[in-house]
Amino acid sequence: MNNSIEEVVDQGLTSRAQRFIDELAHCVNIGLSVSKVDSKGGTTLVLPYNQALVGNADTGIMHGGAITTLMDTASGTAVICSLNEFEICPTLDLRIDYLKAAEPQQPVYGFAECYRISRNVVFTRGYAFQDNPDDPIAYCVGTFMRLGTEFTPDYFRKRVLEGDYQ
Amino acid sequence: MNIRQLVAEAHKSGDYSDLIAQIPYAKTIGVECERFGDDVIFKLPANRMNIGNPLLPAIHGGVIGGFMELSAALYLMMFQDVPKLPKIVDFSIDYLRAGYYQDTFVECELTRQGKRVANVSIYAWQKTRAEPITTARAHFLIPDN
Repeated sequence: MNNSIEEVVDQGLTSRAQRFIDELAHCVNIGLSVSKVDSKGGTTLVLPYNQALVGNADTGIMHGGAITTLMDTASGTAVICSLNEFEICPTLDLRIDYLKAAEPQQPVYGFAECYRISRNVVFTRGYAFQDNPDDPIAYCVGTFMRLGTEFTPDYFRKRVLEGDYQ
Repeated sequence: MNIRQLVAEAHKSGDYSDLIAQIPYAKTIGVECERFGDDVIFKLPANRMNIGNPLLPAIHGGVIGGFMELSAALYLMMFQDVPKLPKIVDFSIDYLRAGYYQDTFVECELTRQGKRVANVSIYAWQKTRAEPITTARAHFLIPDN
């Protein structure tokens, strides 16, 4: 699952991704942040362990819904970081396989990348993991609809892009 | 009180808040549940903290997914005598329309219950049930009794 070629962290894309996520109230609310974005737009987010996101109070395991939010956001952010021009792309569909429960008290990382960008649709894939990316807790594939750059208001584009590659 | 007792109490009184309060994530996003005859409809009241698209504004797609997933698990506990929150195996969601910053409703349907696995279809809408904003399906592992 790990690329054999050492991935290169792109500081510009990483801070762009963080600015994008900071615009999303729910992501701020649950403490989602960007771990890194590589030069191909592959995006890793981190969801800190959060009692408020627990599904089963007896086990302390975070609910699958929180993992869905992590993976939807990681995939959507990978789309933003992979397109040549900034474009809002809503999720068309998302499928998540839950391989095993996340360990309580530990953060969950979500990695996503775009494996095909067509004129209308962007295809993403990714996985969620804790300490070892080769031992994922969930797999995810998604598709995102391209709306075209004209659907993204200038002020929003500016807020997300400003500061790129400074 | 265990989950079975909570479910029995909730069915009797029609008030599901004690059952839902057992699940911290449900409280965080604000899930509610109301009974209509033999059916239940789950409700996610509009909440600024659930916004994921500031432009429309619209609810975060992940929150809608989480709400649907949670509704399906609650549904199994309420109607299939599942004694605790069942483990989810997989979840697939289609986004059909924007989920605006409004109240959202969910209804579940048991597609198939086997000995170990249940398949649940889930529908979410805002304005009218005839115009779903998302449809989803999920598989759950049924815990041993």
